[in-house]
Parts: sequence; structure tokens; C-alpha cells
Amino acid sequence: METVLAVLVGILVAASVYLMLARNLLRFLFGLVLLSNAANLTIFAAGRLTEATPPLVPKGMLGPTETVANALPQALILTAIVIGFGLLAFTLVLVYRGYRTLGTLESDAMRFAEPAADAPPSTITDPDGSAL
Amino acid sequence: MSWLLFLPLALPFATAVLAFLARGRNALAGWISLGGCLLLLASTIALVAAVWEDGVIASQMGEWPAPFGIALVADLLSAVMVAITAITGLAVAVYARADIDARREALGYHTLFQVLLAGVCGAFLTGDLFNLYVWFEVMLIASFGLLALGGDKAQIDGAIKYVVLNLVSTVLFLIGIGLLYGLTGTLNLADLHGAVQNIENQALLTVVALFFMIAFGIKAAVFPLFFWLPASYHTPPVAISAVFAGLLTKVGVYALIRLFTLVFIQDIGFTHGLLLVIAVLTMVTGVLGAAAQNEFRKILSFHIVSQIGYMVLGLALYTPLALVGAVFYLVHHIIVKANLFLISGIARRLTGSFELPAVGGLYRASPLLAVLFLVPAFSLAGFPPLSGFWAKYLLIKASLDVGAYAVAGAALVVGLLTVFSMTKIWAQAFWKSHPEDIVPALTHLALRERTVLLLPVAALAGLTMVIGLFPEALIIFAERAANQLLDPTAYVAAVLGGVP
Repeated sequence: METVLAVLVGILVAASVYLMLARNLLRFLFGLVLLSNAANLTIFAAGRLTEATPPLVPKGMLGPTETVANALPQALILTAIVIGFGLLAFTLVLVYRGYRTLGTLESDAMRFAEPAADAPPSTITDPDGSAL
Repeated sequence: MSWLLFLPLALPFATAVLAFLARGRNALAGWISLGGCLLLLASTIALVAAVWEDGVIASQMGEWPAPFGIALVADLLSAVMVAITAITGLAVAVYARADIDARREALGYHTLFQVLLAGVCGAFLTGDLFNLYVWFEVMLIASFGLLALGGDKAQIDGAIKYVVLNLVSTVLFLIGIGLLYGLTGTLNLADLHGAVQNIENQALLTVVALFFMIAFGIKAAVFPLFFWLPASYHTPPVAISAVFAGLLTKVGVYALIRLFTLVFIQDIGFTHGLLLVIAVLTMVTGVLGAAAQNEFRKILSFHIVSQIGYMVLGLALYTPLALVGAVFYLVHHIIVKANLFLISGIARRLTGSFELPAVGGLYRASPLLAVLFLVPAFSLAGFPPLSGFWAKYLLIKASLDVGAYAVAGAALVVGLLTVFSMTKIWAQAFWKSHPEDIVPALTHLALRERTVLLLPVAALAGLTMVIGLFPEALIIFAERAANQLLDPTAYVAAVLGGVP
């Protein structure tokens, strides 16, 4: 099971790096979503996996009697998911606002904070166009 | 005792709530923010005094014993960092009363500003790795809001780059946390100090250390991960970029210092050796980047990068004197850098632009402002008797002591190039006359505006002078802080030794 998760994390990271290398911001964001999911799975696998052993104390006992699932990583992941969700929602809105204000999703064409010395920003175009 | 640790977090949050309730009444919200910063400063000074008297203070939140609960810990480094946060916060809160326009105030500037301070203080005080992640996120979301607030074209552009690269950094931080937890089974920093020594395969620990190095390296804007900083810091209003410039990258540096003195000290030859290379490259690229710029705040932004190199250098050399230098540098740099940004805002108000070729005549307009600029500018470059001289002196002495002559030489040359940048600003903005024959004058500003803008600048410049003329107190303080970092026994005992 650990191997499967490790491979899965590897695939997710590879896909996210591929997406994040794109000039299109929306692709970058999708890459970021995949990467944060890979992070969550990493925590899950690092907390050791058990199969179908809920961390419950049997009635009348003071502690669990056999190996039980580690609940802490799940708490950590839950926190990370919520935080990640909030940040991604913000970022999506920001990128949408950027699309409305700047008129592009291509990071190469975003030269408003740092205008190119020679070329005006509007002349920078990308053959792909913005893939919205 | 626990109140002293708790107040630097609770006060900004409470102020944020009050400022939010006062939205729509901008003046009131501004006063609330100012009052909150004053209280924060008082509480952090009390914290510094308490840590100085009693040593490391720790407190378990909700009385969950360490290492299971979340601990708040203040050693001298944490204490001085929250105090300097409060000082910067206060200066910017005063400045913002004249700098932030009514539209941004109504959109919630004061609330976000206070949440940012809470996030920064939390990151400095927490003793738990996952909690550090949470404080980073608090700080980040507030800074995202502040950066994008108002929605100018350049701001949105800068914000997008800032946001996406910082998000990558937090995800890497999170992966590092997961892997470290998998190796040790704990996330309490003091507990980790002992737990990492029991790991069988120490190479794995070094790999995990690299995750943290990259994550905090992006936050601290070290070479080659700094590109988001000069792309964004010159876009928001001055009061916002000043607080960013003063505090945010330094949280990254603090996190590096904390983890690479407390947890990742098993393979110093590799990790700290790598940090040394990074530090020198950061110093050099930052200062060269600045030399190519002609915009007031962009020059300053690149200098942040360059100065971060010096602080990382102190950590990378990992000798007592070098850490003294790093702590001294952190304190000196936050004051100086925030001040320079504040001055750039006044300069723009008087001359109409941040672009150096388009401005001028400031010296004739206001010799006072010229002097106030000279103090932090030459402190940044390391002129005696200003604070930057002592900071650089300590670090260069430390590198000469370990025989790192090339490093010491690089630090000196970077200091010289910093003078070049500062004299460029001086010659262009202050010395030459205005290209459009405008004669700027301080009296063009209303009396209230003038006072509000100049007061924090003068106070911070005064603080720089005091540190420069009487460095001994701060050096002794930094020495004790460095000793606590190099020998974390007291830190570990305070956290794990039982609930107070």
C-alpha cells in the first residue's frame, strides 16, 4: 500500500511540475492543486498505514489493545486541506481578476509591474493564445 | 507567564476584529490600529524583559503537555523578533494614517494589517512545526490581501507572481513536515531536537532538510529563489511595501535560523556549507540586480535580497560570533529597510514619481529629509558609526576567524556596491535638480500629513543612530541569543521540562 501511494505521489508531482512549467496561469494553478494533494498524500503515507483498524478504545479498557490507525496525520491533512482550499479559492479569484484587469493569462505577457525595457507589453504574444 | 506569550498573538487579532467592526469609519479604524500596535509594543517589551530575566519561557496551549500539544516558546531571538515586529508595526501604522487612501482603508486595510502582524508574531513564537505552517499561512493570506488591495494593474500583476510562488513554497514546507513526521513521529521543535539524533539513516534527514531549505529559501528570497520579491514589492502603497520589506522575508530567515540550529544540525558540513554558497550568491546577485535598476523601490527591493544574504551567511558559518552577527543584522536590517521604504514614499509625494531619472531636487526641498535618508542608507551600506557597520563588522570578523577569506571579501565588495546604489539614489533624487524644474517642498504637504509621515521615519532613523552609537547593549543581547541558539538545552528543557 505504501508503494502504491509513493508511486501515486510521484505521478502527481510529475504531472504538477509539467503543468506548472506552462506559461498559462490556469495550468499553473491546476498544477498547484495537484501538488498540494501530493503533499497531503505524503503526510498520510508518512504517518504509517494500517488497514481497517480505527483508533478506538474497546469498552472497559484504558487504551487500545492492538495496533490502531494513526489519527494525527489525518488531523494534519484535514487542516492542510482547509487552508489549501482557502488559499486556492483566493488565488483563483486573483487570477480571474488578473485576467479581467490585465487581459491575459500568459505569464510572459504580464509585464505591467516590470515593463520590458524595449518592447511595449502588448506586443508580447504567445502562439498558443490564452486557453480559457 | 503564559499571558506574555499569548498577548502578542491575541492583541493583533483583537485589534483586527475591532478595526473590522469600525470599517466605514476610516479615522476610527486607523486609531484602533494605532492603539493596537502601541499595546503590542508594550506587551512585547515586557516579553523581552521577562525572557532576559528568566531565560526561555514556554507555555503549553490548553495545558496539553509537550510534545502532544502546541507550545508557544520565546527565547531571546523570538522575543526580540516580536519586539521589532511591534516597532515596525507601530511606525507603519502611524505612517499609514497619511499614506493609505480612503478607498483602501474602507476595503479593510487596517484589519488585514493587524492579521499580518498576528501571523508574523505567531511564526516567531510557536514551538511546533505544523503550527509554524499555519502561522505562515495566516501571514500569507493577509499579505495577499494587502498586496492586491485596491486592484491597480501593476498591483494585480505583482500579486499574482507573489502569490503563486509563495504557494509553491508552502506546499514544499508541508511535504517537508510530512516527511519529517514520518521519520521522527513528532512535530514539536524541542522534541525534534532529540528525535532526529535517533534516526538510523541520517541521509534521509538531510534530504528532508533540503525541503525546508527550499521552502524557507523562497520565503526569505535567497538566490536563486528570489524572483517574486522584486516583481511585487514595488507595486502596493508604500506603507504596505514597507511592512513587507521589513518583516516578511525575515520570517523566512528566522525559520531557517530556528530549524538549522535546533533540528538540522546532524550534517553541518553539507547543509550549512550549501547555505554558505547560497548566502554569498544571494548577496552578490541582489546587489548587482539593484545596480541595474532606476526605480527607488526596485533598488530597495533588490537590496533586501542582498541583505538577506548577510543574515544567511551568519547562520551558515555557524560559529558563536557569526550567529551574534546574524541576530544583530536581523534587528538592524528590519528597522533600516522599513525606514528606507517609508522615505521613498515621502520622496514620491514631493517629486511625483519613484523613477529616479524623473525626480530630483529633494535636498533643496528638505535638508531634514535628506539627513533622514542618509542615516538608514549609509547604515545599510555599513558606514561607521551606524548600526549596519557593526552588523557587517561582526559577520566579516566571523568569516575571517574561520578562514573564509573569499566570503569576507565578497561581503566587503557587496557593501561597497551598496554604497554605489545608495549614492545613485542620493545623486538622482536628492542632489540633481528636478528635470521638470519643479521645486519640491515639504511645505506643500499639509502640516498633519507632514507630521504623520516624518514622525515614524525620524523615530526609526533615531533608533538606527542609537544602535550605531551604543551597539554594546544589542551585541551583548545578541551574544546571549546566539548562545541559546547554539546550545538549545534551555530551549528544550523549557518546552519539555513540564508545564509551568
